[in-house]
Amino acid sequence: MQFLIRGFVLTNTVIPAMSPRQMAWRRFAGHKAALVCSAILGLLVLAVVLSPLTTRYGVNESVKAPPNSYLPPSKLAWLGTDDIGRDLYSRLIYGTRVSLLIGLFSAFISVFVGCVVGAVAGFRGGRFDDVIMRVTDLFLAFPFLVALLVVRNMFGSIGWLTFIVGEVSSLRFIIFLLSFFGWMGVARIVRGQVLALKEREFIEAARASGASRSYIIKRHLIPNSIGPIMVALTFSVVGAISGEATLSFFGYGPQPGAGATSLGLLVGQAKGAVQTGFWWIALFPCLVLVIISLCINFIGDALRDATDPRMDAGK
Amino acid sequence: MFRFALRRSAWAIPTLLLVTFLVYIALRMGTDPLASYMRSNPRATRSKIAQYKELNGLGSNYVTGYFSWLQNFVTFNWPNSIKGSREVWPELKDAIANSARLGIAATTVGVSIGLTIGIFAALRPGGKRDVAVNTAAFVGISIPPYISAILLQLLFAVYWSKWFGNTLFPTSGVYPPGQDGFDLVLMLKHMALPTFVVAIQVIAVYSRYMRSSLLDVLNSDYMRTARSKGLSEFRILMRHGVRNALIPVITIAALDIGAIVGGLIITENIFDYPGTGKYFLSAFGNGDFPLLMPLMVIIVASVLLFNLLADISYAILDPRIRLD
Amino acid sequence: MSESVLKIRDLRVTFNTQLGELRAVRGVDVDVTPGEILGVVGESGSGKSVSFLAAMGLLPKSATITGSVELDGVELIGAGRKAIRSVRGKSLAMVFQDPLSALNPVHRVGDQIVEMIQSHQDMNTHDAEKKAVELLEIVGIPQPDERALQYPHEFSGGMRQRVVIAMAIANNPKVLIADEPTTALDVTVQAQILEVIQRVQQTFGTAVVLITHDLGVIARVADSVNVMYAGRNVESGSVQSIFDHPSHPYTRGLLSSLPHEGIERLHPIAGFPPNMLAPPSGCGFAPRCQHAIEACSAELPSLSSFEDLLTSCIRADELRVGRRS
Repeated sequence: MQFLIRGFVLTNTVIPAMSPRQMAWRRFAGHKAALVCSAILGLLVLAVVLSPLTTRYGVNESVKAPPNSYLPPSKLAWLGTDDIGRDLYSRLIYGTRVSLLIGLFSAFISVFVGCVVGAVAGFRGGRFDDVIMRVTDLFLAFPFLVALLVVRNMFGSIGWLTFIVGEVSSLRFIIFLLSFFGWMGVARIVRGQVLALKEREFIEAARASGASRSYIIKRHLIPNSIGPIMVALTFSVVGAISGEATLSFFGYGPQPGAGATSLGLLVGQAKGAVQTGFWWIALFPCLVLVIISLCINFIGDALRDATDPRMDAGK
Repeated sequence: MFRFALRRSAWAIPTLLLVTFLVYIALRMGTDPLASYMRSNPRATRSKIAQYKELNGLGSNYVTGYFSWLQNFVTFNWPNSIKGSREVWPELKDAIANSARLGIAATTVGVSIGLTIGIFAALRPGGKRDVAVNTAAFVGISIPPYISAILLQLLFAVYWSKWFGNTLFPTSGVYPPGQDGFDLVLMLKHMALPTFVVAIQVIAVYSRYMRSSLLDVLNSDYMRTARSKGLSEFRILMRHGVRNALIPVITIAALDIGAIVGGLIITENIFDYPGTGKYFLSAFGNGDFPLLMPLMVIIVASVLLFNLLADISYAILDPRIRLD
Repeated sequence: MSESVLKIRDLRVTFNTQLGELRAVRGVDVDVTPGEILGVVGESGSGKSVSFLAAMGLLPKSATITGSVELDGVELIGAGRKAIRSVRGKSLAMVFQDPLSALNPVHRVGDQIVEMIQSHQDMNTHDAEKKAVELLEIVGIPQPDERALQYPHEFSGGMRQRVVIAMAIANNPKVLIADEPTTALDVTVQAQILEVIQRVQQTFGTAVVLITHDLGVIARVADSVNVMYAGRNVESGSVQSIFDHPSHPYTRGLLSSLPHEGIERLHPIAGFPPNMLAPPSGCGFAPRCQHAIEACSAELPSLSSFEDLLTSCIRADELRVGRRS
């Protein structure tokens, strides 16, 4: 087994064996920041999942009879109220729930599509790979907001599409839109991993023993790419949540009816707060969004370190 | 070397045409130019409408429509904005200048600070400096520009004047309203906050990339060879370490331009800075096709241009890929 | 015996790792005679590379180095940074195993040699470039003036290694340390590189430390041999003596595990190399040695004279087998 001590390789030292998964766990657990973030995130998810137990009012419920608008944080409303007197704290929890759902759904779809496309592209190579890479390159190089808006409106005008996926302002549509952008990043990561693995001997051995392409992809390439795939998943989630927030901020996001809200919509209201000086309207939603992004980013980074095969024998 | 650049550039024009064609289709489908025009000019005469359709290439099918638009575009026969029939070019010209100034300032500041921080972090991995830089970079990445912009606006527009009684950094526009002529100091003051907001993103991204790239390089064998030659640490770091570490960073830089432009758009909107970003959002909101198309062409062109520049600098920096 | 140009005494190198302290080198003495080729042979993990990297000061900070390394009378261990830098590349130079990764891929080959020259000699660039071309010619690179302008990836493996050697001898070092210089190369090219090294020794009188695990390489060019195992020297002597009548069971095992005429089956050495995090007490080879007795594991044996060799086997006398069959 080989040791890597800052660039210096010592060989042939016998060390008790650990499975790669155990080693990865160990390395992840060594990242104190990631553990803290997982805890914070866990708490947040718990608060969201256990709503309405954790909320104090309904999402569209007034805190009390008027005058109730723009009340600063108090015992009545922990984080203050909004323009029509609804409790910001409860709305934050409900809004985060919506945004988390959007994030998770689009991330999973992105990862699924991205894995398939990336694996096939990397494995087959050739024109398919070329074309896919060019297209995704171009898309990814564009300013996110611009591409998002242009594509959003374009899709929104296609009749049969909105029939299947829902109207432009629906949740289903936004999930679809975010997945449409999300899969490209995942595909590149998976493709890169497949390209690296393709040259390894165990793939050659599988081919020599007569395995079909799809079998190799399913049973060898994908399981060996779990690390990067998980990293891609985490970053897809945070990307989707940010994407939704950005869209909502400018008014192009989902409009869940009946007074419901999303994290992005709440952040969007921060715009007005600057002029009026009602700082809680701006601060708390922004804080929640930033904390979620930070935590997921940290976890993703720690995952990436943990699954990086640099510690394995590779010389 | 020259041939390489030429070959790469040759691809740029057809790609530009293709992408603008796709954009044309997307915008025509998505923003319904005709309806938006009618909304803004409810009393337009039939001939005006026909003229609008003609100039914007909104003919029956997409292909001929695109080419007639293209023809008008390259001959500078540009249709006017649907809002009050203003000419597009004069305002666009100013907007481009403003955005360019902001973009260049933010990129210069961001890249130089980011790369330097990244180098310092890589020199002592795991040390306090490194952890601090990493964490700061993370926070920078996790705070989207609109949030930092809002919070900064809050801080400076509302609270600073409340606490300190004056406005240190103005939070809107290029100049205070009513300003005539060129005043460098005022312009810089107005640019300070938006530049800072965009620069945060740039610093965060570049410091992390430089750090990880340099760490990789520092672990390479040729670093050991350089040390065995008895060179000074500084020379080893710069000529062997950073020089090689820049290569992957440059590749990222090209793809990153899009993010910077995106950040610009958001920042300009919040700080009421009259640049192309602000124009884009308002034009998009109005469905202002005559304004949107040139904007998109500029955006596409700059993305392709920077991609090209990155490709070429990559080839300059890394002789291995010149075997193209 | 003439005065050693490189004298290493009781060198110990310990690495601080996540899993504990790794004792890579546990008390090694080396004497390099001017103008001779000293072969240092051992398997991976024996500490042979680490010893000389320590002498060059190229180990990471996590390594603790004690002992003495004297180059021409100047102590290197613990010397200040400037002192070490003035020695490295000038009186003491190193050639590494993989020439592709040893050369910086983005700088021209000639420039890399010029850098070596200019960091220790006061020469302007034009003269340094001329000298670089001369060096390339000495190591046998055809059309040296054209090739000096090329990049490392434009050379084949053997050519690259010649370039590395040219770079190393640029300032006429007293000692050239070659760490497995042929391991990454084809067998046919190996012979050529060894020939270059020999030529350097003969032309410039440079002493060479040739680190390798390949006994064939040793037999070919070395004048004397140090055999290392588990971080210590186990045997040392002239190349003829070692090959003819090795006294240490490990050396004998190495020699007899080579394929040679008349042999029907190969005889590898049984067992595994020791765990350097917790090295065996006493003789490092004892756990694998078929002649080991209790006294062998009792305490760490040191080198002592036996016939015309230095050996650390306490049973050398008893196990004397006579000439090698």
